[in-house]
Amino acid sequence: MDPTVVSLPLPTLPEGWAAEKDFKPVGKITKDGTSQRTIEPVGPHFLAHARRARHKRTFSEDDRIQAQERAKNVEEDNDSDISEPEDPMMLQREAKDWKSQDHYKVLGLAKYRHKATEEQIKRAHRKKVLKHHPDKKAAAGRTEDDNFFKCIQKATEVLLDPTKRRQFDSVDEEADVEPPTKKQLANGNFYKLWSRVFKAEARFSKNHPVPTFGDEKAAKADVENFYNFWYNFDSWRTFEYLDEDVPDDNENRDQKRHQERKNLNARKKKKAEDNARLRKLLDDCSAGDERIKRFRQEASAAKNKKRFEREAAEKKAAEEAAAKKAAEEAAAKEAEEKAKADRESNKKAKEAAKNAVKKNKRVLKGSVKDANYFVEGDASAATIDAVLGDVELVQGKIDPDEIAALAGKLNGLKVSDEIKSVWKGEIARLVAAGKLKEGEAKVLA
Amino acid sequence: MADNGPKTGPAPGDRTVIGITFGNSNSSIAYTVDDKAEVIANEDGDRQIPTILSYVDGEEYYGQQAKAFLVRNPSNTVAYFRDFLGKEFKSIDPTHNHASAHPQESGETVAFTVKDKEGEEETPSTLSVSEVSARYLRRLVGSASDYLGKKVTSAVVTVPTNFNDKQKAALTAAAAAADLEILQFISEPVAAVLAYDARPEAQIADKIVVVAELGGTRSDVAVVASRGGLYTVLATVHDYEYAGVALDKVLMDHFAKEFLKKNSGAADPRENARSLAKLRFESEATKKALSLGTNASFSVESLSAGIDFASTINRLRYETIARSVFEGFNRLVESAVKKAGLDVLDVDEVILSGGTSHTPRIAANVSHIFPQTTRILSPSTETTAINPSELQARGAALQASLIQEYDAEDINQSTHAAVTTVPHITNAIGVISLSESGEEVFVPIVPPETAVPARRTVLVAAPKDGGDVLVKIVEGNTHIKVTKPEPKTKENGSKAAKVEDAGDSDDDSDFSDDDDDDEEKREKVWKIGATLAEAALRGVKKGGKVEVTINVNADRSVMVTTREVGGKGGVRGTVSA
Repeated sequence: MDPTVVSLPLPTLPEGWAAEKDFKPVGKITKDGTSQRTIEPVGPHFLAHARRARHKRTFSEDDRIQAQERAKNVEEDNDSDISEPEDPMMLQREAKDWKSQDHYKVLGLAKYRHKATEEQIKRAHRKKVLKHHPDKKAAAGRTEDDNFFKCIQKATEVLLDPTKRRQFDSVDEEADVEPPTKKQLANGNFYKLWSRVFKAEARFSKNHPVPTFGDEKAAKADVENFYNFWYNFDSWRTFEYLDEDVPDDNENRDQKRHQERKNLNARKKKKAEDNARLRKLLDDCSAGDERIKRFRQEASAAKNKKRFEREAAEKKAAEEAAAKKAAEEAAAKEAEEKAKADRESNKKAKEAAKNAVKKNKRVLKGSVKDANYFVEGDASAATIDAVLGDVELVQGKIDPDEIAALAGKLNGLKVSDEIKSVWKGEIARLVAAGKLKEGEAKVLA
Repeated sequence: MADNGPKTGPAPGDRTVIGITFGNSNSSIAYTVDDKAEVIANEDGDRQIPTILSYVDGEEYYGQQAKAFLVRNPSNTVAYFRDFLGKEFKSIDPTHNHASAHPQESGETVAFTVKDKEGEEETPSTLSVSEVSARYLRRLVGSASDYLGKKVTSAVVTVPTNFNDKQKAALTAAAAAADLEILQFISEPVAAVLAYDARPEAQIADKIVVVAELGGTRSDVAVVASRGGLYTVLATVHDYEYAGVALDKVLMDHFAKEFLKKNSGAADPRENARSLAKLRFESEATKKALSLGTNASFSVESLSAGIDFASTINRLRYETIARSVFEGFNRLVESAVKKAGLDVLDVDEVILSGGTSHTPRIAANVSHIFPQTTRILSPSTETTAINPSELQARGAALQASLIQEYDAEDINQSTHAAVTTVPHITNAIGVISLSESGEEVFVPIVPPETAVPARRTVLVAAPKDGGDVLVKIVEGNTHIKVTKPEPKTKENGSKAAKVEDAGDSDDDSDFSDDDDDDEEKREKVWKIGATLAEAALRGVKKGGKVEVTINVNADRSVMVTTREVGGKGGVRGTVSA
């Protein structure tokens, strides 16, 4: 913020004013002079405030540090990426061997390689040209020495053409990271070492963003996503850069075509080899990946847990069913036994009743016999038959209770007339009840 | 999926950030390009996207298309749901949902029942507010992603100042469901101030800003102290009566009455839900047209019982019938200033934000409250003003671009109360200079309500002849001096005028500043308070300038540095707390 300018003048110093170092504190800001409020965490000036508050810097300290950082940035922009020392051997290179040269190194971009931006390449080129232009060499007395300058031009030509740059990047071994050896892995650092390998490989990916390898705490979905991505890796890597030169004259077309075919086949072969290499890399990596083992264990543990739960539930259900069945069976058995007992007691009662009826019937028949079949002297067979027929008739018409009642009446009677009157009464009763027709009983009526 | 700890957002380098204003009536999305914020138009070409979702035959519509379905398919259209987020059913106001899907109680939250799937036999589904919000945010983010050509991962979202933590948590959850990381919530008024302060031509100054956000269903006014780019909200008022829908209502009544007058015997269009929806839709369009032109037409086919209706209205008529609403806005602004314990004379800027602020009359009315020196930032009063509907989204986008480089953890720590809650000085700190008539006057260096630590510098002229000068650091505060008009003396510094200390400002709140001589004159004057320190600067050159820097530390100690501009050394001292 620019300081405000006030045109009203300051007062002059009164006579006799004096203080140590010309400064005299008089009052102070009291606690009432401030209030706690919340500032809104918004805007660039708040960021500065937060930076000061969190790093406990004062205004001037923060200004200094910020100024320093800004200055550093500027310097970086200017210089650092092209300040790599030049290898004297490299300066001796022949321009015609451009295929074997490291273009990034020629431009001093060795530490950036495929990450170098177009802007950086342009700037590096300019810087190198300023230094190595043949005219400058000529000024220094060495003429005809434009080999390295041609190298620079070639490097720039390759790196500024996206297609050519990709072809070069495809075979740029300097950017490769070798997979870790067993010895290296033995020291731990599994995730760090492999993650560097995949980061380097990721430069060939057509799809972005490339999932990162992660660490031992990575979630299952992330890890699966990582391996899925890499097993289906879509690479733009090509091997045209390693082609043998195709003869450029018109003399021998056949040979030219032969060479072209050879190149094409070589490219295909190399591509296939590269794919196989990547696949092996992944196999090696996943074989040692503790996370996959852990996920598998967790999954099987979860599955087993489910199975155990299911089995326990089934067992419980079976037990319950068995108990229920047993209870039912017991109840049925009990009921059956009860029914059997009932049946038996019924049978006994019935037999008793039957016996009683038989006995009573005997009494009835006995009574007419006691009455000598209601005749004087020996009774003829016909008479006996007639009387017994009537007795049978009556017996057939009345139920066991009535037989019992009749037997009770007849029991003990010996006198013929009394017996006859009982039978008569009985028949009359039956006739009155309609069970016997008038005149059906012939003798006893 | 194995869940280990809270879900972390994308790494700072992989973020694509936007600013989102998720409003109750309309939402906006914005991004930054070369430090300039731009509001994104969605696939319908709308920059203000109605916060409405509608389902027709299993198809989801949002924005303007969904709004059109309020007429034909109101029961499957969800509108005005933002304010229900993170609230219980008993504390929501369902007034605005009469003409759309009705909110229902659903456990802890509020839900809507809509048929969002195709087929007759499909039963309507019950969507919680957070589900509705997630679906809406997904559409917003989708539009932004389509526009930018990159998947938008993170956003800064504006919320009203009275949004509580529960509501913020609900919004964060809804955003997470829409696969969006919320970097930060910023309050709506501050987003508007930031949008203005981030313009390249803007000067960072100490000023008091009143932000009036006049929205569709609510109006919020905030008084913000902008101190060297740090914003402190001094007071807020919220109002649900005077808002855009109140103006729509005025127009609806007007046209309904006119319709009935022209078609005697026809049914009142306000009695029928469908007619009412048509009336409301067209009234809103007419209102917007009246903000731009002085005349607007109103026409609805088959408004009621098959009768078409067309009419026109001019702005004057509209302003007459909507007068009571406009006055409501004015009272709201005044009450906010009063709540902050300030006077209208203390206000340096008024920012009108929100769709309703397009109305020219509102800006004119508000400008009458404040003195002429106060800048009213609205399209009708200031040609350089930013579209008030876009202010918040722009502010959010700017903030998003500022913090996208930081880790979520860093952002959390920086926005923690331990960093944001700081002491503010209540009195100004300044230096004494002499007025033309030789009186001692107070020159403020650090204004009141400045967050400490703070550092300010002023350049003060030395006495004409140079020599030894006294730098006297004092506290000061303002009071309002009311000068009764006196014939011929109109000079400000005239002490002969009757001075009356008007502590309260509402005795003349209807004050309009026409230069009527009968009006009393009110001005803000500084009163010199307690002296903090004195310093002497010896041998200042003739016509020289003295630089005075005041550093107020967090522990209330004050460091004073004073030196002659271009001179060596200088005097430095500390007033301990």
